[in-house]
Amino acid sequence: MISLFLYNGVLICIAIGLSLYRVIAGPGVFNRTAAANIIGTKTITLLIVMGYYFERPYFFDISLLYAMINFIGTLVFAKYLERGNLWS
Amino acid sequence: MDKQRGFAIVLTFLIMAFFWVLLSGIFDAFHLISGVICCLIVTLLSHDLLVKGESKKRLLKSIRLLFYIPWELWQIVLANIDVAYRVLHPKMPIDPRIIEFETTLRGEFSQVTLANSITLTPGTITILVEPERGKFLVHAIAKEPAEALLIDQTMQKKVAHVFMETGE
Amino acid sequence: MVIINIIVTILLGAGLFFTFVGSIGLLRFPDFYTRLHATGKCDTLGAGLIILGLLIYHFFHYSETPLIPAKLIFLIIFIFIANPTATHALMKAAYQIGIKPWKTGEKRE
Repeated sequence: MISLFLYNGVLICIAIGLSLYRVIAGPGVFNRTAAANIIGTKTITLLIVMGYYFERPYFFDISLLYAMINFIGTLVFAKYLERGNLWS
Repeated sequence: MDKQRGFAIVLTFLIMAFFWVLLSGIFDAFHLISGVICCLIVTLLSHDLLVKGESKKRLLKSIRLLFYIPWELWQIVLANIDVAYRVLHPKMPIDPRIIEFETTLRGEFSQVTLANSITLTPGTITILVEPERGKFLVHAIAKEPAEALLIDQTMQKKVAHVFMETGE
Repeated sequence: MVIINIIVTILLGAGLFFTFVGSIGLLRFPDFYTRLHATGKCDTLGAGLIILGLLIYHFFHYSETPLIPAKLIFLIIFIFIANPTATHALMKAAYQIGIKPWKTGEKRE
């Protein structure tokens, strides 16, 4: 049962590798931002699965923090691309 | 005005104290007292951000919202099976278009709930919301989800029933 | 105990399937707006299913620490509210810049 989590983690890493192609080759900045947001969401899942595989309970706090940082980062990018500057 | 402000302070303080206890996990005197002091300072500085405006019958709206959530979860599962079918089909049957419609919702929270539900359900994503007239601009990926949103209007009726803004 | 293992395996497998569908959708779709459709919905549900499976696993193997499932439930609620909001923000920014959506019959981008 525990080794199932290791296979799951490896497969999530392969999915991250597939999304990395869109970061490199997407024409324009919007495709790259969307792909970076997706890689962030997959990283949260990977951290929780690895937390159960290695039996360390501190990974869950890290994944909670990274979920918030990823969300705020994507919102700030979208606001900057829409207006040209961040303040007023 | 004071009753509304007192309610906002108490609700914000309870939410912050709940999160402090949830995230720390240690229940001795030092941590609990420092938690109460920190929550008090933050609440006094920012109590008007979370709960705003007058609203009547808040309890009834919360209970109806609680019953709305399982229907929405079932729609999310259906939506993802539909998108998975479109992605994995070798001919990729998509036909994107942009549609526009009006609703009778006028409050801020109800418009946000409807926009979130539209983004999470089969084949549609919200692009723009005009707050005064309740107009939504929506990008749809094929003909059937667009028709379900424009013609049937099941989701708009359900959200209007939850927040009691049917416009009558 | 065997039936709990089977349920957890099925939930983890379904979550992994939806995560892969999200990635393949990023590669196959011809336009920015349609790619956001694929990833914004499938990735959210995939993450939700995987975390739900691990939550059930936690209840039946390590029932001494009841605070960890509370953190995981809060994480699921946060992901279900935050991912559609980020998708909507990106799509609104692209629409106001002036990127044209793809119609059937045009060239692939």
